[in-house]
Amino acid sequence: MSTPVVELAHASKSYGEVQALQDVNLTIEPGEVVAMLGPNGAGKTTSISLMLGMRRPTKGDAKLFGLHPRDRRARSRVGVMLQESGVPGMLKVREMVELFGSYYPSPLPAAEAIRMAGLEEKAGSLVKDLSGGQRQRLYLALAVCGNPDVLFLDEPTVGMDVEGRRMFLQEIAGLASKGRTVILTTHYLEEADQLARRVVVVNHGRIIADATPASIKARVAGKRVSFATAELLDPRQLEGLPLNSENVEDRRVRLLTNEPEAVLRELFRRGVAMQDLEVSGADLEEAFVAMTHEEVTG
Amino acid sequence: MSVVTARARLAPVLPMLGRQSYAEFIKLFRVPAFSTTSIVLPAMFYAFIGLGQAKQPLYHGATVTFGEYFLASMALYGVANVMVLGFGISLANERGQKQDVLMQATPLPAAVYFVAKALSALVIAVMAVIVLGVLAWGAGGAHLSASQWLTLGLRAMLCSIPFIGLGFGLGYLASPNSAPAVTNLIYLPTAFASGLFFPLNLLPQFLRDIAPYLPLYRGAQIVWDSVGAPTEGGSLTTDWLWMGGFTVAFFLLAFWAYRRDQGNKFN
Repeated sequence: MSTPVVELAHASKSYGEVQALQDVNLTIEPGEVVAMLGPNGAGKTTSISLMLGMRRPTKGDAKLFGLHPRDRRARSRVGVMLQESGVPGMLKVREMVELFGSYYPSPLPAAEAIRMAGLEEKAGSLVKDLSGGQRQRLYLALAVCGNPDVLFLDEPTVGMDVEGRRMFLQEIAGLASKGRTVILTTHYLEEADQLARRVVVVNHGRIIADATPASIKARVAGKRVSFATAELLDPRQLEGLPLNSENVEDRRVRLLTNEPEAVLRELFRRGVAMQDLEVSGADLEEAFVAMTHEEVTG
Repeated sequence: MSVVTARARLAPVLPMLGRQSYAEFIKLFRVPAFSTTSIVLPAMFYAFIGLGQAKQPLYHGATVTFGEYFLASMALYGVANVMVLGFGISLANERGQKQDVLMQATPLPAAVYFVAKALSALVIAVMAVIVLGVLAWGAGGAHLSASQWLTLGLRAMLCSIPFIGLGFGLGYLASPNSAPAVTNLIYLPTAFASGLFFPLNLLPQFLRDIAPYLPLYRGAQIVWDSVGAPTEGGSLTTDWLWMGGFTVAFFLLAFWAYRRDQGNKFN
């Protein structure tokens, strides 16, 4: 076995009163392409920060290539795109890429990094004159210019237009196919689906699922069926139904299913008296909540 | 599976320092508000205040002229100005724009970043002194020997070192919005109070009482001495010791401010 790229062992992180991560265990092996999926505030960025040593775990341990994440030897194998970071406006794109390249032991030629990011036309422009999408591409160029073994991409496609996003995902897929390890965060399931072979779902600071995109998709694509009952529902009434999750609170019942028609047909057949019936698309957030504490394997 | 080829684990530091210093320099130089004021301002003050009476003796019977005396004053003012404003305001701005966040995730050692910043500021300070020197020599008729020119330049640069620490500390303590105001509010009055613009005996008594505790006052004695102008009295060794003390104190302040900022941001 080679050394894992990332190891979080019982890692917790709190900011004052706020518990951002709780007892997270995660190992990522070389060559994996992993998407961390979750709603805003779920703890994705905090996880990345711990992996990169930009924040210290309150409890537990974080390792990068088996080393302390702040170790220069580990850092030298890593390229990053962060959500909230700036670059000097008064440098030109090419100067910026050459500068970042000099931090790494075997960098790519600056021109190649710029080409990969699709910024050839802007190579001579000052960074301050770039548009939001172009700036995001510059961050990609800076992430790949050190020829890293691992790429950390925190919400990389935010602010990109459709075409930019398509190109970007293609470029990342290309890097992944060359054996690079890629760890990205996103709140778009389809982005995770396109790139990753492994999806780690994070919500409320916990990992609630760790599986292939297909099995996560099966969970998330469902509908929500909710209704009220006159009497308290007998739990046996729900037995054997194709449900992803069920939630009975007093006389309010909320079900998550991929086959709402079949579920309703069966409920009518069983003679459940439903009031105030509603069927709606489950949003991602709700699907995440439904997954809480369920181990999904795929 | 990943293919891990044998290769150097770390980038060499010297080329990195070279690139970083160059980047820091052009970052400062391409901001006209900074580069022109830092490089031209001391010469401008010299032209407005010093040039009219540059060739007159500093006092009755003196061999040193007012121009030579004021050249030394402005050389010190100029280099310290670059350090406090260049270092302080640029650091505060970079923090404000979260430029340090991305840097923190790279293998760039913090020390390389700071040394590069100091080197780039020193280069701009040298340029300021050269512009000032050419003006004083060409238009002000400053007659210094080659060794006096060298001594003045060298002492001015040495005296700028404590201000690197001060600028660094202010850059981490002040917010990007308040940095220009705070640094100017500290720097300009102390330059006056140290006798850089007007001789101390023209200033009110309470300023004269404060002056000996100001770093620019101590620096002023050292640069005035290099052009043969009289100092406020006291030994030059004492002045050097004071400057050494300020250097230690300001760098400790800077280090404390840096740690505080890192603690806030990365813990």
